[in-house]
Amino acid sequence: MPSASSRPTVRPVVFVDGVRTPFGRARPDGLYAHTRADDLAVRTVRELLRRHPQLPPERVDEVAIAATTQSGDQGLTLGRTVGVLAGLPRSVPGFAIDRMCAGAMTAVTTTAGAIGFGAQDVALAGGVEHMGRHPMGLDADPNPRFASERLVGADALAMGRTAENLHDRYPALTRERADAYGVTSQARFAAALAAGRITADLVPVATRDPERGWGLATADEPPRPGTTLDAVRGLPTPFRAGGRVTAATSAPLTDGAASCLLAAEDTAEELGLAPRMRMVTFAYAGVDPAVMGLGPVPATRKALDRAGLTIDDIGLLEVNEAFAVQVLAFLDDLGIADDDPRVNPDGGAIAVGHPLASSGVRLMTQLARHFAARPDVRYGLTTMCVGLGQGGTVIWENPHHRDYDGLAPATSATPTTAQEQQR
Amino acid sequence: MTTTARPADAAAPGQAARPERVTRALVRDVELPGGAGTLALVTLDNGLDHTKPTTLGPAGLAGLREALLGLQARAARGELAAVAVTGKPVYLAAGADLTATATMTDARDARALAELGHATFRLLGEMDVPTFAYVNGVALGGGLELALGCTYRTVSAAVTALALPETFLGLVPGWGGCYLLPRLVGVQRALELIVTRPLANNRMTTAAEALELGLVDAVLEPADFLEQSIVWTADVLAGHLVVPRAPLDDEATWDAAVAGARRRLDARLHGARQAPYRALELVAAARTADRDTAFAAEDDVLTELIMSDELRAGLYAFDLTTRRARKPAGAPAEELAVPVRSVGIVGAGLMAGQLAVLVARRLRVPVALRDLDDERVAAGLAGIRTLVDGMAAKGRISPSEANRILASVTVSTDLHALAGADLVVEAVTEVLAVKQRVFAELEDVVAERAVLATNTSALSVAQMSAHLRHPERVVGLHFFNPVAQMPLVEVVRTPASGDEAVATAFAVAKALGKTAVGVADRPGFVVNRLLLRMLAEVAAAVEGGTPVTVADVALRPLGLPMGPFALIQLVGLPVALHVLGSLHEDLGDRYPLSPGLDRLAREGRRVVPEPDGRGAEHGVDPAIQDVFGEPGPPGALDGAGVLDAVLAGLTEEVGLMLDEGVVGSADQIDLAMILGAGWPLHLGGLTPYLDRSGYSQRVLGRRLLAPGVADVPR
Repeated sequence: MPSASSRPTVRPVVFVDGVRTPFGRARPDGLYAHTRADDLAVRTVRELLRRHPQLPPERVDEVAIAATTQSGDQGLTLGRTVGVLAGLPRSVPGFAIDRMCAGAMTAVTTTAGAIGFGAQDVALAGGVEHMGRHPMGLDADPNPRFASERLVGADALAMGRTAENLHDRYPALTRERADAYGVTSQARFAAALAAGRITADLVPVATRDPERGWGLATADEPPRPGTTLDAVRGLPTPFRAGGRVTAATSAPLTDGAASCLLAAEDTAEELGLAPRMRMVTFAYAGVDPAVMGLGPVPATRKALDRAGLTIDDIGLLEVNEAFAVQVLAFLDDLGIADDDPRVNPDGGAIAVGHPLASSGVRLMTQLARHFAARPDVRYGLTTMCVGLGQGGTVIWENPHHRDYDGLAPATSATPTTAQEQQR
Repeated sequence: MTTTARPADAAAPGQAARPERVTRALVRDVELPGGAGTLALVTLDNGLDHTKPTTLGPAGLAGLREALLGLQARAARGELAAVAVTGKPVYLAAGADLTATATMTDARDARALAELGHATFRLLGEMDVPTFAYVNGVALGGGLELALGCTYRTVSAAVTALALPETFLGLVPGWGGCYLLPRLVGVQRALELIVTRPLANNRMTTAAEALELGLVDAVLEPADFLEQSIVWTADVLAGHLVVPRAPLDDEATWDAAVAGARRRLDARLHGARQAPYRALELVAAARTADRDTAFAAEDDVLTELIMSDELRAGLYAFDLTTRRARKPAGAPAEELAVPVRSVGIVGAGLMAGQLAVLVARRLRVPVALRDLDDERVAAGLAGIRTLVDGMAAKGRISPSEANRILASVTVSTDLHALAGADLVVEAVTEVLAVKQRVFAELEDVVAERAVLATNTSALSVAQMSAHLRHPERVVGLHFFNPVAQMPLVEVVRTPASGDEAVATAFAVAKALGKTAVGVADRPGFVVNRLLLRMLAEVAAAVEGGTPVTVADVALRPLGLPMGPFALIQLVGLPVALHVLGSLHEDLGDRYPLSPGLDRLAREGRRVVPEPDGRGAEHGVDPAIQDVFGEPGPPGALDGAGVLDAVLAGLTEEVGLMLDEGVVGSADQIDLAMILGAGWPLHLGGLTPYLDRSGYSQRVLGRRLLAPGVADVPR
């Protein structure tokens, strides 16, 4: 007699932990100028496994690693190569994934979908972008129909120009507001760094420079602490003569990687993996590619609808700062003030950088850290815009909140060794 | 000090030494985790890719010393918590750059190099902060001594080449190795690394073994080796990790270990080489000596050995067998070689089976064997299966690889099975008429461009091919037994051999992982001609009344891999006599027949006793004296006389071989003897020793190599 298959199940998915490399400037003299992209991703995977020795590596069901440019040291199916290079058992599969800036976010939601569906129990999800080795759009070959049939505007493939387009569309989004937002992002990041809220999420990376020898990357390179309004007011507008978007209101070109560990809540309990966040739901949505920065608006509305929540239920927001104007457009739509403390309380990509396909997990890791410090907040979200007109949003629940009914989060313990202190 | 993996880089004879490949010491500060302070991280980098190992020469050492002096001062000022040294990818350092060493003519230069190494490395033990070696890759000789100079050592789990190969080449670990190692890991283990492993064909030590030996303190995974070494450092500094150190061995243990090592050395070398003994003396003194005294003693020994002919011959031989062997002398242009997509072998006996497995394994092409009847075919197949199963059982090949090899080998009685082969090797009985017939039959079957090769060890290849329509496609491919292990192939060229066939033979030898030496079609080629000359001289002495036990040990001062009777036993007495007979016929009385050995063969007797299973060296069985009669008549040679006869005979033979053009130059004889007969590096193979001992001058009236090529120029 043939046996009946077990049916798909729906079960909660938890974010166990997330780490990232320090971010480097994508320049010939940048932190990672001589470091491979895949090696950056390997460091994050190794660190996650090291921080969670109770997870038997063979229990990892999937390694999903995103990159926008999947060639060279970001080619060859990153999820698989990174798994092998990180020393995971050969039995652990992996794949590469791409949704441009939302690559890591998509790695998370895709593997979370498989976990919730019951097809997998544990996944590693993340992304990497070495923009120094893989400049945006290099080797891209856009279909001529985009232009000939006016499927997208001529500006749609140049991100800075889409940001200028947002200023055009919403005159209320002034350069002054954008400048102020950028300065705040730098200041908030500097304060968070000084308060010790950034370093704990970093995995140090050994970097070799043929002229200087081996060094160790332990801190982000892009931030410009002490940036003042006076200093940014006169900056040029590289994307348009007489435009409004400047280097101080754009995320810098960045090299870096981030990864996280996801698990079914029941598997986490079985293995003793404490959750830092529980996924509520997620959504992606498309917008006109010429104003791709608007993407988070419909994505967030869609996600809130699905979750049965309103924006008032969301106590913390991690919004990727590709451009200040794009964050402001999002905030205006939701009726949130430019300097609302719920939004990017520790600064964002304008300060720390935006290595495209890895930023989604950087947002999540940062939100998870806020959650631990803010048990009063029940829900938070991570959201980002995506090139060619998309947005993605993931809503998360704080396990430290008193109404949380799932697996309990970890309580803090005193680290003893340097390895533990790194956390 | 020392020894690069490739003194290979030493100057080729007659050329000026290439300039030092200077390794730079690059220093960067790293903040240790957990607020443990600043680590000064030194990277050794020669600025070249992984094909050019990092080595340490005078300029590189001077730069490293300067960097370390700066760090010593910073440590004294309290600016540093630790100092660490690591390397560019794949290498920490592959030892001393011996380029200059090979041509040094002034002992003061040698002493300066020895002292500079100490002056540099000792700084790592004389800082106000702990020092760490992050052994990220190959660490040989001076590279490993650099690590030994540090307080602590981590090693990447991927590292397989840790060694102190100095005594292998003719030096000692004299940049602190002989002093520091026994005090760190204990005298017994130190001797294993300094003396035993170099003697065991320069065996390397892996990361895991190194941890077990106490040579390193932690093995860390390669994926984030440097990062985790830094974390490890912070934990050691903070006292979270305590690295245990064994107390110094007591005097009795020390002396017993040294005495034991000396016994083992004597049993193997009988005092034939200086370097291992000098290393042993340094280790013996290391227990009670202070650092200054011990390092000064190392300087003395290094100076002496750098200025020794033994080392120069060792460097010459190492270069010959590594770097220079990659481009065989006198080989036709590689492009002329016929692509070999399938191989035929005539015969399915022991040798044929070994050849088939080697070809299937390395060339990865189909191999067809042919023998005369079903019984031999079955036996051949069974033999091949046993060989392959044996390799799989030992883990040398995977089960899949074993399946692939077996599936690619076919054995039949049909000569036409060989019709599609691009190369056919005959490995049938050593009878000229048989081999001639095989080639004649093959010529009617194989394709026009197919190359025909013979594995004969003593017959004339020219005669074998004399009656063929296309003698230009016949060459000799002389493999040595056991085929899988012996690294040499003699490629035999007849006056009729075409460049295409010869180029194919060289290409196949290379693809099989062998080193090829091109030789002319003269009896015994190189290796058998000289080995048999040696054996013939010994046999003649014994026939002339020298006791077998005296003759057997007479050659010990040369440090050959085994005594003459053990060699006969290894080859097999009947085989040895067959070759001797053949050489006697072709070359005359220089190869006298031995009635005594003939009788032993007829009676089926061994010349050395059965192995005792304990690996003891096998001397001649004194019982065989009976076939040679009562020893000691007047005029019988003593041991020294036998040695003299052998060396004079070898010198004469080498002179004749060069006159006959068996090889183009004397170094090719050395290459063949080192790889084909296992003759030692400190002799430089053979001809450097004949030069430095005066035999070539005495017997031939000339040197075989120019002064300075493989000795200290005088």
